[in-house]
Amino acid sequence: MTTTKYTTPGMATGTWLVAEREIRMRLRSKAFLISTGILLVIVLASVVIGGLMGANPPKDKLAAVGSAVAVAESLNAFEVVEAKSVDEARELVQSGDVESAVVPGEGPTGVTVIALDRAPSMVVALFGVSPDVELLESDAQDDFLVYIVALGFGLVFFMSALTFGSTIAQSVVEEKQTRIVEILMASVPVRVLLAGKILGNSILAFAQIVLIAALAGVGMLTTGQDILLADVGPSIVWFAVFFAFGFVLLAALFAATSALVSRMEDVGSVTSPVTMLVMIPYFLVIFFNNNPLVLAIMSYVPFSAPVGMPMRVFLGTAAWWEPLLSLALLIVTTIGVVAVGSRMYSNGLLKTGARVKLSEALAK
Amino acid sequence: MLELNSINRSFGDRRVLRDVSFTVGSGRMTGFVGGNGAGKTTTMRVILGVLSADSGTVTLNGSELTAERRTRFGYMPEERGLYPKMRVLEQLVYLGRLHGMTQEQATASADSLLERLGLAERKNDTVESLSLGNQQRAQIAAALVHDPEVLVLDEPFSGLDPIAVETVMSVLKDYTARGVPVLFSSHQLDIVERLCDDLVVIADGEIRASGSREGLRTEHARDRYELHTDGDAGWLRSEPGVTVVEFAGGYALFDVDDAETAQRVLRQATQKGAVLKFSPQHPTLSQIFQEVIR
Repeated sequence: MTTTKYTTPGMATGTWLVAEREIRMRLRSKAFLISTGILLVIVLASVVIGGLMGANPPKDKLAAVGSAVAVAESLNAFEVVEAKSVDEARELVQSGDVESAVVPGEGPTGVTVIALDRAPSMVVALFGVSPDVELLESDAQDDFLVYIVALGFGLVFFMSALTFGSTIAQSVVEEKQTRIVEILMASVPVRVLLAGKILGNSILAFAQIVLIAALAGVGMLTTGQDILLADVGPSIVWFAVFFAFGFVLLAALFAATSALVSRMEDVGSVTSPVTMLVMIPYFLVIFFNNNPLVLAIMSYVPFSAPVGMPMRVFLGTAAWWEPLLSLALLIVTTIGVVAVGSRMYSNGLLKTGARVKLSEALAK
Repeated sequence: MLELNSINRSFGDRRVLRDVSFTVGSGRMTGFVGGNGAGKTTTMRVILGVLSADSGTVTLNGSELTAERRTRFGYMPEERGLYPKMRVLEQLVYLGRLHGMTQEQATASADSLLERLGLAERKNDTVESLSLGNQQRAQIAAALVHDPEVLVLDEPFSGLDPIAVETVMSVLKDYTARGVPVLFSSHQLDIVERLCDDLVVIADGEIRASGSREGLRTEHARDRYELHTDGDAGWLRSEPGVTVVEFAGGYALFDVDDAETAQRVLRQATQKGAVLKFSPQHPTLSQIFQEVIR
């Protein structure tokens, strides 16, 4: 026989071939490109609008007491409000009438700066030597900002997970419906098919998340919101890391459940339990972003950890080891779910027609 | 040589294959026929390893098939399917690469196949934009793109026009000429009769007959003769040892008890008038088929 011998592709090569096809076909879809474009525009717009609203604050007011009045006026950057006593200055800061107060104090500058919850960098920077700073409240995030960040994490997770999750589901059913799956199964092992699908869509989803994060970061920098970026930055990085694994978990579930049906029309109903798993963290983080208990639970439940843990990192309520522990938990769960999911997937693939029973799909 | 030994397979309580054994010789075009639900598709899926058998083995040249070995098979499933939104060439290259070809090898192979099958002009069209017949050709190309060592084709000719049938036949004959065992199923018994060297008949999950086409014909040949005369052939009815099957004026189809009776009939016929035709009748495939599946 004159046939050339080809070596069968290994697990890695096969997986990559399948993944590459998923990515290529997705990038060719106009609907996908347009919706990604819209998402990016929304992210950029919200950052820019937020920046514009924050960029033109009224000239900051600074309260000053006694001998500090001259010092405050010499800074030339603030409207100086004279207070009669240090206590009155504190009240002004507390009520938000002034950003901070300068009162006579010790140290090389001879003044102490009083602020609400963080050292006012502008004021401090204007002194050649750092003055003493007295904070009236412990460092905490602004409620509105907390809400926005919660909404941001929730929405991005929700949209990306759902977009790419349903892409996987559709691609599984497309292969079943068009029956090409039989040719594929005769070429490569089923686990290679599944792994390639999950990998391809995870890469796309992750790329989208990184793009959004980068866009938000650059947007904040160029609109002068670098303080906000320093605040949100670490939690965004954690969000990306958690998402990478959390999405694999969801992707496996989407693939497994959709393998139970053979028609596109049935995808929605069969994957609805998985869709719920994506929606619940979204609603929880929006309604309970100021409830430490709910957030703490969320940050450890693998399905909501990608939203819950970054939120706690942002709020500063998570110890350094907590994200790592939660991540480990997420990875272990992901491995388990992928194992069960791949069994459901391979059992479901050839059963066309009626919906495959769950017990049948889980059978060895 | 591809060999199936006592393959059994059940779906739940339903036993779909019972001790299925047959061989597909190297370079032999083997037709696989059977009614709907007889077990053809299941058998083919078992050969490809898409389904596992409950018991029994499939061997190629004596050694049991592994997943690795099976990737060198070319398979055309009964249920047609390619990615609707992928371009034809792109799709074939993808399948070739899944079988371990490089991009260049796969492209070269796909290009020459498409040329051969008359699809070269449509290679950059999406599959969904092709006519059904062209989709079918693309499907055949998909089974052949990786230059397989064994071909298993479920209904490769359905949906093809007569010219396309000829094209596909000639492509398949190239494979058998190179010694590739080819197993194909078809409901079009005339095509099977024309194309196949060997035949396997399955019914109710059991192999009812298998062997070379000529062998089966001889085996199932009954002593049936056909007579065409210019006069009335009615006298045959009263001839001893003759059973008339069909009769119309000068034409008669009849069975005889032995060869001597047939010769006697012929002598009498020539005495009674002109004999336009007298010949022993071999059963057609469809007659054998009807007979063995009963």
